Amino acid sequence: MNRIDATFNRLREEGQSAFVAYICAGDPDLDATFRIVEAMEGWGVDIVELGVPFSDPMADGTVNQQAAERALHAGTTVAGVLDLVRRIRRQSQIPIVLYNYMNPIYTYGFSRFLLEAREAGVDGLLLLDLPPEEQDANEELRAATDLRFIRLIAPTTPEPRIASIAARAEGFIYYVSREGVTGERSDIATDLDSRLSLIRRFAKVPVVVGFGVSKPEQAGAIAAKADGVVVGSAIVRQIAALGASPDLVRKLSETVCPLVQATREAAASH
Amino acid sequence: MSTITINPAALPDARGHFGTFGGAFIPETLMTAFEELTAAYEQAKADPAFQAELAGLLKDYVGRPTPLYFAERWTERLGGARIYLKREDLLHTGAHKINNALGQILLAKRLGKPRIIAETGAGQHGVATATVAARFGFDCVIYMGEVDMQRQALNVARMRLLGAEVRGVTAGQRTLKEAVNEALRDWVTNVRTTHYILGSALGAHPFPMMVRDFHRIIGVEARRQILEREERLPDLLVACVGGGSNAMGLFHPFLEDAGVRMVGVEAGGHGIKRGEHAARFQGGKLGVLQGTKTWLLADADGQIELTHSVSAGLDYAAVGPEHAYYHEIGRTEYTYATDDEALDAFRDLSQIEGIIPALETAHALAYVKKVAPTMGRDQTIVVNLSGRGDKDVAQAARFLLGEEIKF
Repeated sequence: MNRIDATFNRLREEGQSAFVAYICAGDPDLDATFRIVEAMEGWGVDIVELGVPFSDPMADGTVNQQAAERALHAGTTVAGVLDLVRRIRRQSQIPIVLYNYMNPIYTYGFSRFLLEAREAGVDGLLLLDLPPEEQDANEELRAATDLRFIRLIAPTTPEPRIASIAARAEGFIYYVSREGVTGERSDIATDLDSRLSLIRRFAKVPVVVGFGVSKPEQAGAIAAKADGVVVGSAIVRQIAALGASPDLVRKLSETVCPLVQATREAAASH
Repeated sequence: MSTITINPAALPDARGHFGTFGGAFIPETLMTAFEELTAAYEQAKADPAFQAELAGLLKDYVGRPTPLYFAERWTERLGGARIYLKREDLLHTGAHKINNALGQILLAKRLGKPRIIAETGAGQHGVATATVAARFGFDCVIYMGEVDMQRQALNVARMRLLGAEVRGVTAGQRTLKEAVNEALRDWVTNVRTTHYILGSALGAHPFPMMVRDFHRIIGVEARRQILEREERLPDLLVACVGGGSNAMGLFHPFLEDAGVRMVGVEAGGHGIKRGEHAARFQGGKLGVLQGTKTWLLADADGQIELTHSVSAGLDYAAVGPEHAYYHEIGRTEYTYATDDEALDAFRDLSQIEGIIPALETAHALAYVKKVAPTMGRDQTIVVNLSGRGDKDVAQAARFLLGEEIKF
């Protein structure tokens, strides 16, 4: 069974929500990313989203853009990220979602990428700038694989479109809780309850919430409502601050572990 | 001559595809804004009241129609084809860009969005947007790369005088591409209150179609004017191509005229070496950038490459998807002019015709300078004089006169 599906099945039985961590592969270098992912599994992170760095990440805020710049500067390539996944898979079964922009994947060869990603042990793909309409319109961009195509739903997405996205969603739906690019916010969206219940009317897969979540109390508040919570920029910012420090992994635990714990406690209490 | 039947009016398809190019490769966070915009534009296009308001303002506020001027001395000097200049440089704000900015602000009015954002490279689109924002009472924020702010300081001051806020962009190579990224990010964040006036025939659907439609008047007028003057169609159309809006505006009404050759001129910068130019059809590849599938400059791993051009308006890594399509089917051709060739043509037109062109436009003129002498004296060329060079005086003075003008 696909590792994403298996993880959500297990969490549902346990009455838990998923904690999903986003980091940019290759920031500060691929070896560090390997050690971070290895540690994250031990910290109780349920799913890892690995960003494949791109020079022009238009849906991301400054923190993630700078992470991509560092990763590219360190020589990270698409092939390098696939190698990283192979290396992780030698010892870990943590679900891995690759977070991508089209151009590097298109240049690599779309179907070649899907094949190699699956074979490397990737479980899902989030292609920020590939909406379902373009996948339908371009034969070369159709998926002939059992990789889960993770779809976004935005605060501005109207109901009929939510219905059509939800109908074909795989793995999980990623609800973007705030208008804007990725990055931290101080509060959580006030209309989250109503949007979540709208999405759940159509969704056959779990719904996770991200964009703007940085503090344990925010993560907890979302975990109490949704099937999972995604934290990205807050972790990426720590990685940026720690950089090549030999203590990178240990110190990162101080950011990630409280987020995981808040997610567990909130879900357990509902 | 091409034997392919083309039907320009049928393109793009409903989702913005020109053959395999174009489309809308955008994050879900922007999808609703693009769909809303497409619907509003289709409605406006079919609304006689919208078209009448646009036509009235194009005439009285912008200064259309622009003359088609026979460049007699330059023609004599080059000793070949008769050269006509389509004088978009005479428009209000000094370039073709205002055709599109005006059309889109009328659309923003219909959408009921009180805030306008735009990107700009050379500053001409930023000035045009700031101008129409002032005219219609909109808040206006212009994103501009810091490198471009330095080389186009005059236009930065113009935008500020018009009441716009100019936000410098410090990411990447700090030119047009990064300004587009920042404008898109602003739009994602403020989409309920804000319309993004994209300045070229680029990006996701409906922009390439809509921007082309607003500039099509260039070619419609030129076609009528050349038929009046010469009583036959021109042999060659020439325009510079950054995103490609002025070129598509001129070319589009002639696409079905099989005898009319069309050449777009890209920025050759320091020559066709990696990172030294912005000529996407020379050493570029097919890819997806900022919402559209088209020819672009990227490395082997799909990362967007650095570009260079003396002209900020051509210094961009991707070309408009409609150009990619007509290039693919062989209807349009593309060449490039280097910085030096453009500067040379800039001086020629200034000193022979008394017209100082924009540095972007000078790339088209550089090709005319090469090709006109190879053509017969009975043949004609129409070149889009897309903008005037006032904004480039400081740069040109440095390169051509060795003088530093402090602005």
